[in-house]
Amino acid sequence: MKHVLAALVENKPGVLSRIINLFSRRGFNIESAAVGETEDPRISRLTVVVAGDDKVLEQVTKQLNKLIDVIKVSDLSSDGMVGRGLALVKVSVDRETMGQIIEISDIFRTKIIDVSPKSLIIEVTGTDEKIMAFIDLMRRFGIKEMAQTGLIALARGAKATTIKKEG
Amino acid sequence: MKKIGTAIILESLMEEGVEVVFGIPGGVLIPLYDEFYDSEIRHILMRHEQAAAHAADGYARASGRVGVCIATSGPGATNLVTGLATAYMDSIPVLALTGQVPTTLIGNDAFQEANITGITFSVTKHNYLVTDVKELQNTLREAFYIASTGRPGPVLVDLPKDVQTAETDYKKDIKINLPGYKPTYGGHPKQIKRAADLIISAERPVIIAGGGTIISGADEELRELAELVMIPVTTTLMGKGAFPEDHPLSLGMLGMHGTRYANYSVMNSDLVIAVGVRFSDRVTGKIESFAADAKIIHIDIDPAEIGKNVRVDLPIVGDAKNILSSIINTIKIQIKKEKTKDWLVKVKRWREEYPLSFEESGETVKPQYIIKELYEATKGEAIIVTEVGQNQMWAAQYYLCNRPRRFISSGGLGTMGYGLPAAIGAKVAKPDEMVFDISGDGSFQMNCQELATAVQNDIPVKVAILNNGYLGMVRQWQELFYNRRYSGTKLGYLPDLVKFAEAYGAFGTRVTRKSEVRSAIEEAIETDKPAIIDFRIEEEENVFPMVPAGAPLDEIIGGN
Ligand SMILES: Cc1ncc(C[n+]2csc(CCOP(=O)(O)OP(=O)(O)O)c2C)c(N)n1
Ligand SMILES: [Mg+2]
Repeated sequence: MKHVLAALVENKPGVLSRIINLFSRRGFNIESAAVGETEDPRISRLTVVVAGDDKVLEQVTKQLNKLIDVIKVSDLSSDGMVGRGLALVKVSVDRETMGQIIEISDIFRTKIIDVSPKSLIIEVTGTDEKIMAFIDLMRRFGIKEMAQTGLIALARGAKATTIKKEG
Repeated sequence: MKKIGTAIILESLMEEGVEVVFGIPGGVLIPLYDEFYDSEIRHILMRHEQAAAHAADGYARASGRVGVCIATSGPGATNLVTGLATAYMDSIPVLALTGQVPTTLIGNDAFQEANITGITFSVTKHNYLVTDVKELQNTLREAFYIASTGRPGPVLVDLPKDVQTAETDYKKDIKINLPGYKPTYGGHPKQIKRAADLIISAERPVIIAGGGTIISGADEELRELAELVMIPVTTTLMGKGAFPEDHPLSLGMLGMHGTRYANYSVMNSDLVIAVGVRFSDRVTGKIESFAADAKIIHIDIDPAEIGKNVRVDLPIVGDAKNILSSIINTIKIQIKKEKTKDWLVKVKRWREEYPLSFEESGETVKPQYIIKELYEATKGEAIIVTEVGQNQMWAAQYYLCNRPRRFISSGGLGTMGYGLPAAIGAKVAKPDEMVFDISGDGSFQMNCQELATAVQNDIPVKVAILNNGYLGMVRQWQELFYNRRYSGTKLGYLPDLVKFAEAYGAFGTRVTRKSEVRSAIEEAIETDKPAIIDFRIEEEENVFPMVPAGAPLDEIIGGN
């Protein structure tokens, strides 16, 4: 099972290394982690994708909450959420393949952000599944290099992960 | 009012009521040590920073207050790590102040630079690197607060040299702002009600009290609950003293080297009330079969402990003292004591059938006999500190402990070398009490340099070395599970411990026969000096009963 957790943390030096250290110390299997500032510059938001059963999820949540710099943790996957990741994919092109690649890219509603005679850089955003599917399709043209962000996510509707810490 | 960093540090320590610190100076700490030169705060110069951390820890365990240790940058700071890990595993409030190279040099591999905040992430409750003197006062206040509240633990504050000497305003009153730290103290009323119901209807209940009971100061409530409902009580190693061990309802310690009757009681119970325990593998044995027929109520201040190791039927997060007294109030009106009568008869039968026992043989000195004599000679009133290994287990089994904070042992980390410095810390906290370190010949040698600290500062701790010539606990496992192949466990050479004591200016004596045990203990008690007794015990004596690692708690070998 995959779970998506959002954690509000104090925007201070060293916080991220504390969190990463916690994951490795407790042996948690983290698929991705993404951090960025929130609407309040004193606070950053971390989105982690964790693999494991409910017991693992419970421990990750509780251990994160135990860190002094972590203000709040919520499990976004329990209710509805929207999640997006982003990948930049540099694909080899030639005259023949150019058309095909652009066609696929259109279907995936990607953006071509760099063009050279031998390669394109394509920006794809979306759910993990969509990004994976796109990357798979690009493989046969030859991926020269690629970079991916971790998933970021928000709960659907008016519900929000805000600062008052519970528990 | 303007003050420099070091003055702010001393002022903050005074405000927190710190009377004593344990440490060793170094280059980047000279500014701070200059403040100690004419401060009211007592500085005890240790001989190793590991020992400074253990002494602060022993002080904290004996007194319930935050213990403070100090080390210089680089090697001084890294020497603290084992001590911090020891305190962390046992939830002990310790504040470590470390010197750091000036902020302008951090990251450059300056002389004696170590990234001690990075190194200690996993062994502290929290840590700080102070890079601006304006943050210093707040940081120290927070550090004390975090160390001593909720589930306590060690906190480290790293102090670059230039921060120590910079000047800023000292505020009379500062507020703590920790949005991410809000420990829960009161238990949930609904859960408390449910717990009360379970307790009232249980037929074979048992209480397991752990270190959390002692930290919370819940020993009286625990006793009241046990007597009210007539529930037998067992403790973990860390819980020793949470319940009087000479009480008729006491089952002593459970777990790997616990009493048979404690383990049988837990395994046959229909309700386990676990108070401030974390269900370590040394306590549960094979986890799947632990108290299989019982419902488990788990009371703990740390939500992350709930369900971490064993399945829990009813968790209550909060302070044990609060929760137990609420449970008592809920139960009081409706309790019938007869409910557990048959169960108590059964438990009593186990107790009679399987008492702790060992074989006496002529004039050979048995370690268990020594501890029993020590118990008699001190009327059970000494503060006992232990090392790690067989000595620790014999101490736990045979020195009954009737009050909290009087049995001090590295439970979670099992740190050899803990005992002597922790005993020094405990004796500093409780100068009027007799403090005995029950030691092993291996463990003693890991921090024996601290005898100098004890002699220099007139801290008369007593050390009973159960000298078996072996790293005994490891040897025992080799004997039982590795066909007596004693690889790397024979200590072979040991300095003459009597001469060793004398060389340090302490009192030393040796015991080779059973009939000398009592008089040696009495001599050690009578001298004003720190004292060492070298007890030459039976070399291959084992600690029994024993539940082999990973076996169910009722598959017990030895000792009846
Ligand atoms: C610092 C440290 N190193 C190694 C161990 C592993 N260990 C556990 S018990 C033990 C033997 C302790 O020997 P001694 O102090 O003589 O005690 P005894 O068991 O003989 O009473 C050892 C080596 C440990 N617990 N701590
Ligand atoms: Mg030994």
